[in-house]
Amino acid sequence: MLLDEPLIFERGSPGRVGWMLPAASASIELPRELRREDDLVGMPEVSELEVVRHFVRLSQWNYSAATTLYPLGSCTMKYNPVVHEALVRLPGFSALHPLVPDELAQGALDLLAQLEEALRAVSGLDAVCLQPAAGAHGELLGMLLVRAYHRDRSDARRRRVLIPSSAHGTNAATSTLAGYEVREVPVDQRGLLSARAVAAVMDDSVAALMVTNPNTLGLFEEEIEAVAALVHERGGLVYMDGANQNAILGVARAGDMGVDIVHFNLHKTFSTPHGGGGPGAGPVAVRAALGAYLPIPRLVRRGEQLAWSEEAPKSIGRLHAFDGNFGVLVRAVAYILRLGGPGLTEATRHAVLNANYVRARLRGTYHLPYETPSLHECVFSDRDLQEHGVHTVDVAKRLLDYGFYAPTIYFPLVVKGALMIEPTETETKETLDAFVDALLRIAEEARTQPTLVREAPHRTRLARLDETRAARRPVLRWRPPPRETAEIS
Amino acid sequence: MSGYSPHTPADVEAMLGTIGAASIDDLFARVPTSFRARAALSLGPGLSEPELRQQLEALAARNTGALTPAVFLGAGAYAHWIPAVVDQMLLRSEFATAYTPYQPEVSQGTLQAMFEFQTFSALLLGLDVANASMYDGASATAEAVLMARRVLPGRHTVWLSRALHPHYRATVATYVSGLGDLDLRELPFAADGRTDLAALQTLGGDALCVVLGYPNVFGVLDDVAGAARLARAAGALTITATAEPLALAWARSPGASGADIAVAEGQSFGLPVSYGGPGVGLFAARETHIRSMPGRIVGETVDTRGRRGYVLTLATREQHIRRERATSNICTNQGLCALAVTVYLSLLGRHGLRRLAEVNAAAAHDAAARLAAAGVSRLLAGPFFNEFVVRSPEGVASWEALAADGVVVGFPLRRWYPELDEALLICVTERHGAEDVDRLVDALAPAKARTRAVRG
Repeated sequence: MLLDEPLIFERGSPGRVGWMLPAASASIELPRELRREDDLVGMPEVSELEVVRHFVRLSQWNYSAATTLYPLGSCTMKYNPVVHEALVRLPGFSALHPLVPDELAQGALDLLAQLEEALRAVSGLDAVCLQPAAGAHGELLGMLLVRAYHRDRSDARRRRVLIPSSAHGTNAATSTLAGYEVREVPVDQRGLLSARAVAAVMDDSVAALMVTNPNTLGLFEEEIEAVAALVHERGGLVYMDGANQNAILGVARAGDMGVDIVHFNLHKTFSTPHGGGGPGAGPVAVRAALGAYLPIPRLVRRGEQLAWSEEAPKSIGRLHAFDGNFGVLVRAVAYILRLGGPGLTEATRHAVLNANYVRARLRGTYHLPYETPSLHECVFSDRDLQEHGVHTVDVAKRLLDYGFYAPTIYFPLVVKGALMIEPTETETKETLDAFVDALLRIAEEARTQPTLVREAPHRTRLARLDETRAARRPVLRWRPPPRETAEIS
Repeated sequence: MSGYSPHTPADVEAMLGTIGAASIDDLFARVPTSFRARAALSLGPGLSEPELRQQLEALAARNTGALTPAVFLGAGAYAHWIPAVVDQMLLRSEFATAYTPYQPEVSQGTLQAMFEFQTFSALLLGLDVANASMYDGASATAEAVLMARRVLPGRHTVWLSRALHPHYRATVATYVSGLGDLDLRELPFAADGRTDLAALQTLGGDALCVVLGYPNVFGVLDDVAGAARLARAAGALTITATAEPLALAWARSPGASGADIAVAEGQSFGLPVSYGGPGVGLFAARETHIRSMPGRIVGETVDTRGRRGYVLTLATREQHIRRERATSNICTNQGLCALAVTVYLSLLGRHGLRRLAEVNAAAAHDAAARLAAAGVSRLLAGPFFNEFVVRSPEGVASWEALAADGVVVGFPLRRWYPELDEALLICVTERHGAEDVDRLVDALAPAKARTRAVRG
């Protein structure tokens, strides 16, 4: 029973009521052609307790950062402070309608101003927009700024974006959405983007370079300053994907590297819950020269008051119905205030310590494709396991048996069979040791009992799921039984 | 120090020993010293938990708009009662602190809930299939236009209703601006607040899609079926965008009205207004267009022992596989908000949802009638759900003063529509009691308003 839970649509009984208000005082009739006619057939008819049990049970089928180490590379699954959940639920934040007069929202505007200020400090850049709802949303904003900048200078030659081969898939997809062609630049044998590689492809057709720093191998792009100078010399802009900024707080600022535009993933670096896939927040910071193109509305100071302004003739416009994922921004501000400069710097230092500790303990057993010293994450491959018929996916599944979530797998694409591990700073040495011990045992099992690994997981509620079948014969929703449907048509 | 790093000095020393480094600083040796020298964070010293609480509570207390007794604002964000069960489930760490379910064997909770979310989206919007969420209603509308562009390549004219929420229209314009190949045209609205469909009579072969708000920004239910007939005759797609999805428990669904793609903002279903976010975009379409859809999609499958389970599927549309040829750049979406919608709709279910919609419609129509009786008549008299437009020059003029006095009398539309400079958009829901409506009528009744204006 506890291990089985049907879809909510398969529970209940006709006529059963969960949560219902008293009847309306009057019945308002719509014209016939506008009336809903299916009487909401298919919607659940379940009790409140059934709903509670349903979702509590489902929750128990998840691994999460609160249950176990969740070493998903590039995702920064650190501890999400519990106190933030109480703070974001203060009625002064949660019950504030986005269209109240600005005078009645001064606390919210002050909080947003504080966050803008903090992100300027962290990035070393001049202006911040908090509207994007996630990293990829910030990327789109950033690349539209690139477009607006060149257009404003009547520079119509630029049709290309340079992207290193180690980049996140979103960078390429975003460039296309912004109307650019993608030109991939290979990383060198160190795993880095070299000035030489950029020089070879940089010309007047390039609108921008998108670079992640530290990159997806966890390596600091040592030549970033020279690379940026090359791009700038030919009139291009430098966009930094800030997904990995947990590695450089208090260590390096995007602005100092020659970066013109950077996005933050507040849910990663500033510890807001990842929610099973959002909501996140992807604010963007830019150099002063790009400030005029930022979205509306803008936060401005009018005397003692803060206010929204839509007076920005060169703005690219709007990307969200209102002003971004405010609830996520509240949590990020709480995190920044709580840790302060010293705490954030320590977070970065311990994140890098933890990743290097894991790397040091695993190297020699797992193949490390790039020897360059890394920061907050480390990337191994399955090269040395393949002779036993064991692959990266098998290692990942077997880790689930040991009670850990899996690293990011098969990414970055520059490593064949990649295992990308980001432990974050909030894990204890004991947890890291247990995780490493599990990986070492799995490597041993791969040699001695490869079938055990290949058929993992064994201890989870479900065994390995057939993803091919899901894609070949898509079943993407529950449907009401045919008989019931027939009655209403 | 108030950080969450657990290491003792002994831990650090032991770990550095294993690494073979003398200090943590050494681990940053590859970061140029010129960067490190300038990167010290000019932020505060850090706070204890009680100090943090005090600071944030002080900020929250200055949001007097959240504590104003009577707020009649909708216009894209809707304050409904939220059953206690919803938030309790969102607080479950197993949901809140997981991420995109790349390992389905230990993410079945998230995956099954998303599959249920997709089902709810499809049922409510009256279409075949739905995705696992977009950022919000506005960006979902933009993604719908981009999807139409993939379904009908070679067509370039997008007809947007002027009665579609202006922030949604602006978001569409921003999203397509980089591509440069779409021509956005506007359909005007008629005196009753419904979109004037006349221009659709002569759609050419270049017409890509028609986009209507449903209900539109005036709270009025547009003639989606009429628009869809004209669009289909020209080979174009019909897209609807719903900011108040509760209306769809009462009004004909977009799919049943002929829409090909329907999106909605899900905030109404179990999420607080939270100063405009996070909400969640619902996105549904016809099955034939499934491979052109943006976003994550969860599908049913079986494990190696034949037991039912759920996985992320059709990933070959997505950025991490398809890169520059992906259907969208979206990665992280609004997972936990989609869960809120799922819990909320499960709990209200077929009967509770219908009842809630009826209560909203009755409350709004009653308030409109009381205002009319007091001399504040409706502008834009088309059929509406829980939001309507009245003419109230005095209400518009003294909007901020009335708000400071404890009643936000709606939204002055002149900010968005200069031609409606005397109009207030008023939203009435199940949360407004008779006394609240008394205050509204009292604030807007012409005689009272005149007295107040004289008193200044």
